[in-house]
Amino acid sequence: MSRVRALLRFLWDFVIGDDWRIAAAVVVALAATLVVSQSNVPVWWLLPLVVVVILAISVWDVARRRS
Amino acid sequence: MSGTQAGLVVAVFIACAVEATEALTIVMAVGVTRSWRSALIGVGVALVVLAAVTAALGPALTALPINVLRGVVGGLLLVFGLQWLRKAILRASGLKSLHDENAAYAEESHAAADAGPVAPGIDPYAFFVSFKGTLLEGLEVVFIALTFGSNQKDVPLAAAAAAAAVLVMVGIGVMIRAPLARVPENTLKFVVGVMLTSFGTFWGGEGADAHWPGGELALPVLIVGYLAFALVAVAALRRLQAAREQVLSRPVRA
Repeated sequence: MSRVRALLRFLWDFVIGDDWRIAAAVVVALAATLVVSQSNVPVWWLLPLVVVVILAISVWDVARRRS
Repeated sequence: MSGTQAGLVVAVFIACAVEATEALTIVMAVGVTRSWRSALIGVGVALVVLAAVTAALGPALTALPINVLRGVVGGLLLVFGLQWLRKAILRASGLKSLHDENAAYAEESHAAADAGPVAPGIDPYAFFVSFKGTLLEGLEVVFIALTFGSNQKDVPLAAAAAAAAVLVMVGIGVMIRAPLARVPENTLKFVVGVMLTSFGTFWGGEGADAHWPGGELALPVLIVGYLAFALVAVAALRRLQAAREQVLSRPVRA
């Protein structure tokens, strides 16, 4: 069991890293893009927008915690 | 070679060069301090494991339908790239310590020297530290090469770029017999973070049925846009840090 847990922990650290909100935001943005694109509305801008916003939030949080 | 293929080669080469530099520092430290033979056997076993992982995952990835592949693997690449870019921004703005190969080498050598007497035959410490270092850095190389290669439907090109990077860095390391401290690792990691994030966004978006204006031309626009954003973020965080230090250094009035 501890080996499975260690493997899961490793995979989490490897893919998700220090801030899980980044992965969550990417998953939600991809799902939203997929849903909206089915209605032929241009939605290419959503993913870059989410990337910029979540990255800004994540680094700002680190800076804020330092103060 | 198309623009996307050229971008793939550059991104994979730089990313793998950075990983190879870090693995080389670890192997060199335990090799010099304890046992070259044990360290190199550790490297060899790690390479066998990495080859097995590549052989298992490579065909499975390329067998996926292209939209599923781009959505899932592009998304994974994006999450992975954002990790690199986040750390690079924090390092460049002084919120995280810079990676220093000389310091890493000194730390590894110190730990290796403190790990008791060198065992005859295969030294377990040198073997496992070298194995683990090569495996962990190598997994990142495999991940980057496979995600880029499978998305571009050109795994051999990505594998060649990765192999070339590893060979160049190991070759330089063998020639100078020292950690590659002059490699501008922090800058390269910044560039890799931007590249992985851009390719991940592009492929992830395509996988989710988004139509990029201009098709493949959207990729360089994403690269320039993310680079500009990252540089602005670094400048803003540095200014914030400087303002905070100024406030903290003011004398307290009684």
